[in-house]
Amino acid sequence: MTGVQVPVRDTLESLAARIRSHVVNMCAGPEGGHLGGALSCIEVLTALYFSVLKVDPQRSDDPARDRFLLSKGHAAIALYATLAERGFLPVEELAGYGRPGSRLMGHPVRAVPGVELPTGSLGHGLALACGLALAARYAGRDSRSFVLLGDGELQEGSVWEAAIAAASLRLDRLVAVVDRNGLQLTGPTERIAPMEPMAERWRAFGWAVRDVDGHDLPQLADHLAAAPWEPGRPSVLIARTVKGHGLPFLAGRAANHYVTLSPRNHARAIDALHSTDAVR
Amino acid sequence: MNRATRDAYRDCLLPLLNQHPDLICLDTDTGLFGAQFAAAAGDQYLNLGIAEHNLMGIAAGLAAGGRMPFVNTMASFAACRALEAIKIDIAYNQLPVRIMATHGGLAAGHLGPTHQALEDLAVLRVLPGMTVVVPVDAAATVAFVKQSLGLAGPLYVRLGRKPSPPLPVLPAPVIGQAQTLRQGAEVLLACCGPFAVLGCLTAAGALAEQGIEATVLNVHTLRPLDTATLVAAAQPATLVVTVEEHWRAGGLGGAVAEALAEAEPRKVLRLGMPDHFVDAVGSQEYLVTHYDLTAERVVRTVSTALDSAARSGTINRKDPTT
Repeated sequence: MTGVQVPVRDTLESLAARIRSHVVNMCAGPEGGHLGGALSCIEVLTALYFSVLKVDPQRSDDPARDRFLLSKGHAAIALYATLAERGFLPVEELAGYGRPGSRLMGHPVRAVPGVELPTGSLGHGLALACGLALAARYAGRDSRSFVLLGDGELQEGSVWEAAIAAASLRLDRLVAVVDRNGLQLTGPTERIAPMEPMAERWRAFGWAVRDVDGHDLPQLADHLAAAPWEPGRPSVLIARTVKGHGLPFLAGRAANHYVTLSPRNHARAIDALHSTDAVR
Repeated sequence: MNRATRDAYRDCLLPLLNQHPDLICLDTDTGLFGAQFAAAAGDQYLNLGIAEHNLMGIAAGLAAGGRMPFVNTMASFAACRALEAIKIDIAYNQLPVRIMATHGGLAAGHLGPTHQALEDLAVLRVLPGMTVVVPVDAAATVAFVKQSLGLAGPLYVRLGRKPSPPLPVLPAPVIGQAQTLRQGAEVLLACCGPFAVLGCLTAAGALAEQGIEATVLNVHTLRPLDTATLVAAAQPATLVVTVEEHWRAGGLGGAVAEALAEAEPRKVLRLGMPDHFVDAVGSQEYLVTHYDLTAERVVRTVSTALDSAARSGTINRKDPTT
C-alpha cells in the first residue's frame, strides 16, 4: 500500500480539474448540492487522496490504513468525486447523486466505499478523528488520521473540546485541515462570528499550525506529507481557499453555498472550467 | 448490604480492563475513579476532562478503530448534552460504546434538576440499535457490565449515586429478559430501578393481603423490550401499573403502554414523576417519598382502579371473603 497512486498520464492538477467538473455536474442534478464549499476543498482532497493518504480501494478495510474524515460533511459531493477518481467507486455512479436508488446521500454515509464514518452535523469530526488516532496509537500503528473542517464549523464549541483533548493526549499522528474560504451560509465568517486570528487560536490550544494557499497542490501535498511538524503536537493546516473556486461567476459569493445549476448555468460552469483549464 | 451501583460498576471494571486489553475507560473527571484505579488501569484509563460531546466522539472513533470504550458521565449530561454525539457518532454507526451514566433518575438528590435525569430513558430508548438497561442493584450492575462484553452495539446503563438496597438473591438478570420477581394473575406491576422495584414488591405483598394477586416484573431492559414476557404477564391481568423514577412520558410507562397497545391492550396506569421540574430539596429516598413513588401509592392506585372498574362493571372481581 503506497500513498502515491497517480497514474503516469495524470497530474494532481488534471485530477483536481476532473473532480471539479464532477462536482459541477452533480450540482446540475435534481437536488443540487453544496457547490461553493465543495469547490473550495477540491485541491485539499486531491492532495490527500493522490499524494498523502495511505489507502487502497482494493483493501478499504486494511486496519493499517490512514483515516480521513470529512467533518464539513456538506462537501460530500467533493468527497464522492475524489473517491470515484481514486477508484473507490465507479465514476459513472456520481450521476446518481441524490437520486432514488443511489447510495450517494447529501452527506457522507458509510455505505459509500471509502467513507470511514458519517458526518454532516458540524462539530463532530475532530473528536472522531481523535478517537481514530488514539485507536491507532493503542494498536501500535504509525498510521495517521486526517480530518477536514470548515471554517464556519469552528464556531461549534465541540471542535474546541476536541482540540483541547488532542493536544492533551499529544496526538501527533492527527492532522486537521481547515478549509478557510471565509464564507458561511449567509455571509463572511468575520462578520457573523469572527474566527481570526485563527492560527493563533489553534496555537494557543497547543497545536502546530501552518498556513497555506489551499489551491496550491504541491504546497498542500508537501505540508500534509510532512506532518507531524512538531513532535507531540497535533497539526492543523489552515488552507486559504475561495468558496466556489473555479467558477468566476460564483466564486467568493456566499450565495454559492447551495446551488442547483440550471441547464444554462451548468453550461456556463463547464465553459468556465474548460476556459481556465484546471483553474490555475 | 446496601451498595451504590456506580461503585459496583467501577470495582468490577478494573479486573475486566486487565483481562481485556481492548477495553478503555474514558472519564470526564467524574471523580468515580481514584488515583489507585488510574494507576492499576494504566493507559486503559483516560481522563479527558469535562467535555461530554468530545467524550462520545472520541469513544466512537476508538470503537471504530477496534476498541470497546466504557464512557463515564452523569445520566443528564449523557442524555441531553451529549445526545447528538450518541445519536450520530455511536448509534448510527452501531458502535460498541458502553455509556455508563451515574446519577440516574432522582439519584442526584439535593443537587437538583441540573443533575437529575428524569428524561434519559425516554431519550435513549428511541435510538435505533441502542440497548438501554437500568440495573436494580449492585449484583445486576456487575452482571450487565460482564454481559456487555458480548454485546455488538451500543449500550446505555443507568446507574445511581448513593448506596441502594439489594434485591433478595435471585438468578442474575440477563440483558433483554424481563425478570419476574413475583407472580399473580390479577394485576401486573412493571417497574425498573431500585426504589420502584422494591416498592412494587412491598406493594404486591400488601395487595395479596387484600386478596389481590400481582405479578412484579422488573423490566430492567427498556430496549430491546422483552415484549413476549410482558405480554404473557399482562394476559391474565385486568390492570397494568408501571413505576419508575422518570417523568411519566416516554420512559418505562411509555414503552409498556406502546407494546401492550399493539399486542395485548390493557388499562395501563403510569406512575412516575409529576410533569414539572423537581422543586423539593432532599436525598433520593426523601424525593421518592415526597413525590409519592411509594409502595403505598401503588397499593392505593391498584385498589382504586380495581374498585372503580368493578363498580362500572368492566371487570368482575372475586370477593376474597367468599
